Amino acid sequence: MNVKEDVLYLPSHEWVKIEDDTAWIGISDYAQHALGDIVYVSLPDVDDQVDKGKSFCDIESVKAVSDVYSPVSGVIVAVNQELEDTPEKLNEDPYATWIVKVKGTFDTSDLLDAQAYQELLKQEG
Amino acid sequence: MSQLIFELSRDGRRCVHLPKEDIPSYSLDEAFKKTDPIPLAEVAEIDLVRHYIALSKKAHGVDSGFYPLGSCTMKYNPRINEEAAALPGFALLHPYQPLETVKGALVAMDHLQQALCEVCGMDGFSLQPAAGAHGEFAGMLLIRAYHQANNDHKRTKVIVPDAAHGTNPASASMAGYDVITLPSNDKGGVDMDALKSMVDDTVAALMLTNPNTLGLFDPNIKEIADLVHEHGGLLYYDGANLNAIMGLSRPGDMGFDVVHLNLHKTFSTPHGAGGPGSGPVGVKKHLIKFLPNGTVIRENGTLTIKKGDAQTIGRMRSFYGNFLVNIKALTYILILGKEGCKETSLNAVLNANYMMEKLSDLYTVAYPQTCMHEFVLSLEHEKNTHGITAKDISKALLDFNIHPPTMYFPQIVHEALMVEPNETESKETLDRAISVFRHLYSLIEADPDLLRNAPTSTPVRRVDDVTAARSPILKYIKPE
Repeated sequence: MNVKEDVLYLPSHEWVKIEDDTAWIGISDYAQHALGDIVYVSLPDVDDQVDKGKSFCDIESVKAVSDVYSPVSGVIVAVNQELEDTPEKLNEDPYATWIVKVKGTFDTSDLLDAQAYQELLKQEG
Repeated sequence: MSQLIFELSRDGRRCVHLPKEDIPSYSLDEAFKKTDPIPLAEVAEIDLVRHYIALSKKAHGVDSGFYPLGSCTMKYNPRINEEAAALPGFALLHPYQPLETVKGALVAMDHLQQALCEVCGMDGFSLQPAAGAHGEFAGMLLIRAYHQANNDHKRTKVIVPDAAHGTNPASASMAGYDVITLPSNDKGGVDMDALKSMVDDTVAALMLTNPNTLGLFDPNIKEIADLVHEHGGLLYYDGANLNAIMGLSRPGDMGFDVVHLNLHKTFSTPHGAGGPGSGPVGVKKHLIKFLPNGTVIRENGTLTIKKGDAQTIGRMRSFYGNFLVNIKALTYILILGKEGCKETSLNAVLNANYMMEKLSDLYTVAYPQTCMHEFVLSLEHEKNTHGITAKDISKALLDFNIHPPTMYFPQIVHEALMVEPNETESKETLDRAISVFRHLYSLIEADPDLLRNAPTSTPVRRVDDVTAARSPILKYIKPE
C-alpha cells in the first residue's frame, strides 16, 4: 500500500498536506483500496467550517458510504469540483486528488507522519 | 436483457377501454393544460401480463428459494395474512369514511398497537410510519420533541455505534442532530469506556440495536441504559433485529424509551419491492403525548384517531399508515399467540446457531460465540491468500438458488457475510445451504476461477455496478 512521505495522516486514513495557513485534505491509498470503486462524493461547500476529527464529507463506493474526517480545523476555501463528475480520481491517484482546501492555524501535534501511519497499517494487517 | 415495457409500446394499443363519458365535461383553463403527450407505454393486456410474469421469473424471492439476508429477516409470508387483508371489511374501506363507519378497523389497529406494546414492553404505539427508516425518523422526532418540551435545548448530539444500520445516523441527522460514532469493543458490544467518555448533557439519545448487527446480545444493556439516563439522554431501540428476542426479552425492560419495528421483517408482511412496509414507533409513558397524529387512541372509552395536540410531532404519513400491511401483521401475531412468538424467536436463534456451528470449521466467524438470530462471517483471510472475496461467494450462491447473505456489512468486519436463516426454514433447507456454503469454500482452493466467474445460471451475470452507480440511466427516452 502506497504511503506518501510529505503529508500527515489521521488513523481513520485521511491525509493532509500543510503549507503555512493552507491545508489540502484527501484520503490515503489504503482508504481508497478498502472502499473499492468510489462512485459518488458528497462534497461540502466553500466557507463551511471543518473541525478536527469531525466528518466533513462522505464518500460512496459500491460497498458502502463512509464519512471522511478532517485532520485539521479551519474554513474551506476550495472544493475539488472535479470529483462531482469523476469520483474515480480518488481511486486512481489518491495523493494527487485533494477533496478540500482549508485555511486556518493548524495543530498537527497528534497527526501521524508517514512512518507512524505505515506502522498503523502494518498493525491493521 | 428483456425489453422495457416502453420498448414494447405501440401507438394506440390499449388494455383498458374506458366507458363512454356520462358526466358533463369541464374545460380546464389553457394555462393548466399539458401541451406534450405523456410518454406512457401503450400495450395490450396480454403483453403487459407476460412482461411482468417474465420479470418475476428472473427475480429471487422468499417464495422461490432460501433468502438468508442478514438484518432483513426474510421470513415466509403466510398466505392467511393475505386472506385477512383481503376481507372486504378491510380491503374496501375508504380513508375518508366517517370514523363511526370503520369501528372494526379502529379495533384492529388498537389490537395491533396493544400487541406491539406487549411484545416490546412499551406503553404506546403508533402505526403511522410507512417503513423502518420512516419509523426511525419518527422516533428521533419524538426524542427531539421530548427534550424541547423540557426546555432542554443544549442536547445536539446522538450517539450511534459503528456497527449500527446506516439508517440510524441518517435518521438522527435528518432530525437535526450531530452524530457521534461509538466504537465496538473486542467482543462486538458497546465499548463502555468510550460511551462513558461521550455521554454528557449535550447528548439527546443513544441509538442501539440489540442484538446488534453482529447478531450478538449486549450483556451490558442495563448499565448502558442507566448511564445514558443518568445524564438525561434517551435510549432508542432499532427494532430490525427483534426477531431474536420476541417473548424472551423486551426493549422496554432493557431501558429503551423509544422503539421502531419493521413489520415486514419480524411480523411476516411482504418485504422489499413487493411491500409496502410498515414501521410502527413505540414509546414509554413519558413520550406518549408526542406520538403522531393519525394514531388510534382511546377517548372516554371510545376508540378514535388522534388529531391535534399541542405537543404531537404531527403527522408522519397521510391517513392511517399502511393499513392493510398492519392487518397482515396483526393476523400473524394472533395466529402465533404469546407462546408462538416466543417459539419463533427461539427457532430463529437455533437455526442461526446451527448454521454457524456447521460452517465455523471452514469459514471464519467474525466474533465467535453463541449468536442470536444471525452471524457474521469474514472472508478477509481468503481474500488475502486466494483473492476470493465475500462478493465471489455471494455471486456463486446464486447458481444454487440461494440469495446471498448481506455483504460488506457491518463495516467493522472486513469482507463480511451476514447470514440470517430465520425460523421459517426447515432443517433440510439449512442442511442444503450448509452443504452449498461448504462446497463453495472448497472451490477457493480447488477452482477459484469458478467462483470468480459465478454466477453462470442467472439471467444477468455480474452486473457492472460501478458504471451503474457512476453513470446511472434513470429515465427512458423514446428514440426519435
